[in-house]
Amino acid sequence: MNAAKGDGIPTAVGASADGANGGDTRAEIGSGTRASIGGGTRAAGRSIPHESAAAQVQGSATYIDDIAEISGTLFAAPILSDVAHGKLLGVDAAAALAMPGVRGVVLAGDVPGHPHLASFIGDEPIFAIDSVQHIGQVVGLVIADDVMQARKAARKVKLRIETLPAVLTVRDALKAQNYVLPPVFVKRGDAAAALARAPHTLSGTLEVGGQEHFYLEGQVAYAVPQEQNQWQVFSSTQHPGEVQHWVAHALGLDNHAVKVECRRMGGGFGGKETQAGHVAVWAAVAAHKFKCPVKLRLDRDDDFMVTGKRHPFEYAYTAGFDDSGRLCGVKIMMAVNCGFSADLSGPVADRAVFHADNAYFLEDVEIASYRCKLNVQSHTAFRGFGGPQGMLVIETIMGDIARHLKMDPLAVRTRNLYEVETRNTTHYQMKVDDNILLPLLSQLEQTSEYIRRHKAVLAWNKKNQVIKQGIALTPVKFGISFTATLFNQAGALVHVYTDGSVQVNHGGTEMGQGLHTKVCQIVADELGVPYERVLISASDTSKIPNASATAASAGTDLNGRAAQFAARNVRDNLAAFVSGLDNCGAGAVRFDNGRVISPTSTRSFNDVVALAYANRIQLWSDGFYRTPKIHYDKTTLTGRPFYYFAYGAACTQVAIDTLTGESRVLKVDILHDVGRSINPAIDIGQIEGAFVQGMGWLTTEQLVWNDQGLLTTHAPSTYKIPTAGDVPEHFKVALWPDPNPEDNVFGSKAVGEPPLMLCMSVYEALRDAIAQARGDGRAVRLVAPATAENVLKALGA
Amino acid sequence: MTLAPIHFIRRGELVTLENVPPTRTLLQVLREDLKCVGTKEGCNEGDCGACTVVLGEAVDGQLRYTSVNSCIRFAHAIDGKALWTVEDLAQPGGALHPAQQSMVDCFGSQCGFCTPGFVMSLFATYQNRVCQGEAVTRELALHDLSGNLCRCTGYRPILDAAQAMAALPSVQLDETRLLSKLEQTSYIIRRPIADFSYQLPKNLAELLKTRSQHPKAQIVAGGTDVGLWVNKLHMDFEQVIDVTQVAELRRIERYPRHIAIGAAASLNDAFAALAQDRPQLKAFADRFAGLPVRNSGTLGGNVVNGSPIGDSMPLLIALNTSIVLMRWANGKAVHRELKIEDFYTGYRKTVLQADEVLAWIKVPLPKPGEFLRAYKISKRFEDDISAVCLVINLNVDRGLVTLAAIGAGGVAATPARAVKTEALLRGKPWAQALATEAQAALRAEFTPISDMRASGGYRSQVLGNLLQRFWLESQGATGINLETPESLDEVAA
Repeated sequence: MNAAKGDGIPTAVGASADGANGGDTRAEIGSGTRASIGGGTRAAGRSIPHESAAAQVQGSATYIDDIAEISGTLFAAPILSDVAHGKLLGVDAAAALAMPGVRGVVLAGDVPGHPHLASFIGDEPIFAIDSVQHIGQVVGLVIADDVMQARKAARKVKLRIETLPAVLTVRDALKAQNYVLPPVFVKRGDAAAALARAPHTLSGTLEVGGQEHFYLEGQVAYAVPQEQNQWQVFSSTQHPGEVQHWVAHALGLDNHAVKVECRRMGGGFGGKETQAGHVAVWAAVAAHKFKCPVKLRLDRDDDFMVTGKRHPFEYAYTAGFDDSGRLCGVKIMMAVNCGFSADLSGPVADRAVFHADNAYFLEDVEIASYRCKLNVQSHTAFRGFGGPQGMLVIETIMGDIARHLKMDPLAVRTRNLYEVETRNTTHYQMKVDDNILLPLLSQLEQTSEYIRRHKAVLAWNKKNQVIKQGIALTPVKFGISFTATLFNQAGALVHVYTDGSVQVNHGGTEMGQGLHTKVCQIVADELGVPYERVLISASDTSKIPNASATAASAGTDLNGRAAQFAARNVRDNLAAFVSGLDNCGAGAVRFDNGRVISPTSTRSFNDVVALAYANRIQLWSDGFYRTPKIHYDKTTLTGRPFYYFAYGAACTQVAIDTLTGESRVLKVDILHDVGRSINPAIDIGQIEGAFVQGMGWLTTEQLVWNDQGLLTTHAPSTYKIPTAGDVPEHFKVALWPDPNPEDNVFGSKAVGEPPLMLCMSVYEALRDAIAQARGDGRAVRLVAPATAENVLKALGA
Repeated sequence: MTLAPIHFIRRGELVTLENVPPTRTLLQVLREDLKCVGTKEGCNEGDCGACTVVLGEAVDGQLRYTSVNSCIRFAHAIDGKALWTVEDLAQPGGALHPAQQSMVDCFGSQCGFCTPGFVMSLFATYQNRVCQGEAVTRELALHDLSGNLCRCTGYRPILDAAQAMAALPSVQLDETRLLSKLEQTSYIIRRPIADFSYQLPKNLAELLKTRSQHPKAQIVAGGTDVGLWVNKLHMDFEQVIDVTQVAELRRIERYPRHIAIGAAASLNDAFAALAQDRPQLKAFADRFAGLPVRNSGTLGGNVVNGSPIGDSMPLLIALNTSIVLMRWANGKAVHRELKIEDFYTGYRKTVLQADEVLAWIKVPLPKPGEFLRAYKISKRFEDDISAVCLVINLNVDRGLVTLAAIGAGGVAATPARAVKTEALLRGKPWAQALATEAQAALRAEFTPISDMRASGGYRSQVLGNLLQRFWLESQGATGINLETPESLDEVAA
């Protein structure tokens, strides 16, 4: 999901990208055109198809459920709590056990190791022990000869539960101070004083719903016992290392006894960061009990019931501003619906605090963040990781200010952007020294013809009473790095075989984002071999230990660099060897297009490898990378949590139907900063996909829990992610041309998450349309997602 | 129990499967029995399209290709057809089919899990359109890919791939050989079955006789709902009668005053016939479901199912449709005909007797002066279930409403006719005042429930507002409907 450096020229690390072989990264792709495939001998900078594309289109790319099952494999299905909160008094599995093919059940008492998951604060039991805390909590498993037998029997297990009062709203959680983690307060300056002296103030509230990941491949794990109490687990996970740790913890083993492998996921989006660990642990505990391989693949409905989603947020805010729309002071309260356990809610809520500025300088600011505990699924990582929820509130404030002052919202946004010389430090004390916001917004304003279209929208609305249009141009500034500094490290292995073919392995995982493709491009260039000579192998804890989750958009930044360093070590070995043959300095040996060139000779890479092997030169190496410069204080949330920022902006035009509240996105123009793109087609794919996913979050994707705490939107029949028909034909994406000013692989920037937040333009365009439809100048309160019902409500409110 | 074998054509050859239980799905057979794991399970309810495969059958001597969801299609239902999965397209030498190559070229796969389903939908497009010389426009691509979800790409590259297939070197199936194989398959002598478990009657008499002998058997058409009962509600049926190969019931017949749609005609065919007489229904028809569901599901199935949120009943009510129920008695077929709204007695309850089947849906042709609009409100524009469905059909003659028929869905326990509102409208001058009065009447006529799709209050409000839209449209207003966003292009600044 990100970026890398692989200019392959044997110069110092982080030589600034010169664009010599990167080609024009400002590929502009509209509908009906294709990404251009650049020329040249270098792989990085070219739009190379996904490394598995040919296999994927033939159905021969293997996902966990496709792995041929070992004879004797049993299948598991979860037994789910049907009560939101209660005392678990007993489990009656008699009816289930009598069903055909059923081998038995697995309950909390069957866990050989620690009964709780090895999550950050250890607040989640593997299987419910003496209480249940949400509908869908896993109480145990039924194990059977086939998956449908297990699923049928799981429904026949009777749970004896004494119902306790459940907390099902954020409001109730706040009132009861029911938190998974203590509140966090961040402030700079004196917001109260700034508000008191501000020429104008406004206050408001806002709600935004959660989001189901809806990875097309549901959660799945296959646990296979090996000899001597060792374990192999095939897991669809963004974090094999954590699955390894959790499984070992649950089985009472040391980490080295568990090997976790994942060739690819059918989508992750954050949903397989911690949540995959649960599924793998459950499968492993069952395999331990029954002493045979066990596969656990959640039915889609169970996946909805069991796993966490994007955190829903509620906010209250007060903003003070001057006549020009510039913010003087702002107070924001964020109440985060974390679900029943902490999971990743701490860092998610932190990132929301970090991104409450989005692109704007908040001089006097006070943010309170409450991590509320509710009796629902434990909400978790989702692309953006709190960033979107942080930005939504400040973008709402910007829109409110503009309407309050009867100004163009873009003018208000521009007025508040971070500046270069002054007004350039975030509320968490990090200097924004790579700021391209103003030029980027100005360029998009021109290329999208914002001013002309804004007028056209006004003209349309003057003539039309039923359908009203709106337009908005919003920026994104997103911090790149894990906020937990220790995770910003990565390892890789590069093997060159005696025939000159190359295999690379690294600690990252492939979920569709093209990480493996980019890493292969980087390694190919570092060794100066054609891209086709480099193959990737499955993510595997026995190859790269202690790898961080593939998350925080940092996959390529971290693993691409580690792989580059590994390849560089091998190349250095070969260069030293050739320099000995040709009596030249090692630095004079170049690697290019499958050739090794010294001042006196040119040999094929394959010949050099064969010769080097015969001379006992090491043809493989590891590589290790840690992100420089970052640090921050966890208690005050201040410091430099991010290595750099990724920027972008989107201009979106929408239409709403004032009779029904239905809406359509009509046109989207995006200008996004990926630094120097390692693979423009993949980066554009990330940008488009992220935008549409964000659009879904704010429009059609509504999660509904009923008054018993039951999630009633439990499958694609009731939970609606965007279809092709929701994507406008006018959907233009352009890449900002400059490389990353920080020393990052290939001069690139991370791309996985930042473009999701371009969707703020959809929400703000909808609010613009609503405001124009109402024409009463009052503030627009639009609950997100902006379903037809919520839009109609906002029109009437 | 004796289980009839399943015969079908795959990779040009006859495949015979023995002992497949009646409710085993095609996806289970592919992945678990045949170990063909290229076809994916995404949702197991026919909503995501990852499991899409293509079926071929001979229709009037031509091969007809349809994309269907293998996860909710019973394996026995493909008896006598040709089947293609994502594993069946590449050339023996490894060259990719244009449906595959264009996906690679256009960067149409990211995580790749939805990809096999998209490739199969594209393969159907290739056979049905590209091979027929029809240009694949973006609009056609949207139509053909309406049943496939992708969570990674944002769809643009996939829509590009659909439009790029035709430019690649063409790949032709040997259709003559396939047709002859299919014909041979139809002559395979089916073993006589004493205790049948999955019956595929070929004609109406056979269906009616089987039904009368087995009144407890589950009748299945496209399986687009019954498949969910099996996968999600874990229901099991020992005996299944599949109506999809009953020749008479697949027909759509035109008469001077009505069309008669066989109960086993696919939703796609049925809606095409309805839209032939009433072109304004096309957008509504396309929103019924994704294409694979419309290819499998039948109008008859939707009617018999009687779901209060099914979209065809409000339409059929507003079209004053009658239905024909048939059964076998005293050695012959007997029938009765009734108004469609009289078919329903309560939530998913109908007057259908145990030995009866729905045979025909009789839809009157438009009368001069008919003004008909069908409105669907859902969270997502495509492939969603209505929060509210409202179909209004008025005849206005010299300013007076002469006929009024209104069907509504999502507002009561059954699909409903707005009897009171109709009565209010009849004989009155068609004007804004009457429309306003009718809005209030319509809201008063129903007390919709709140659920995950919408609140009762919203449903009620929108019912009236849709009548206002109908009024505006009857006065020639344009640019008031988001179903055609291209009509909303900005006016000159």
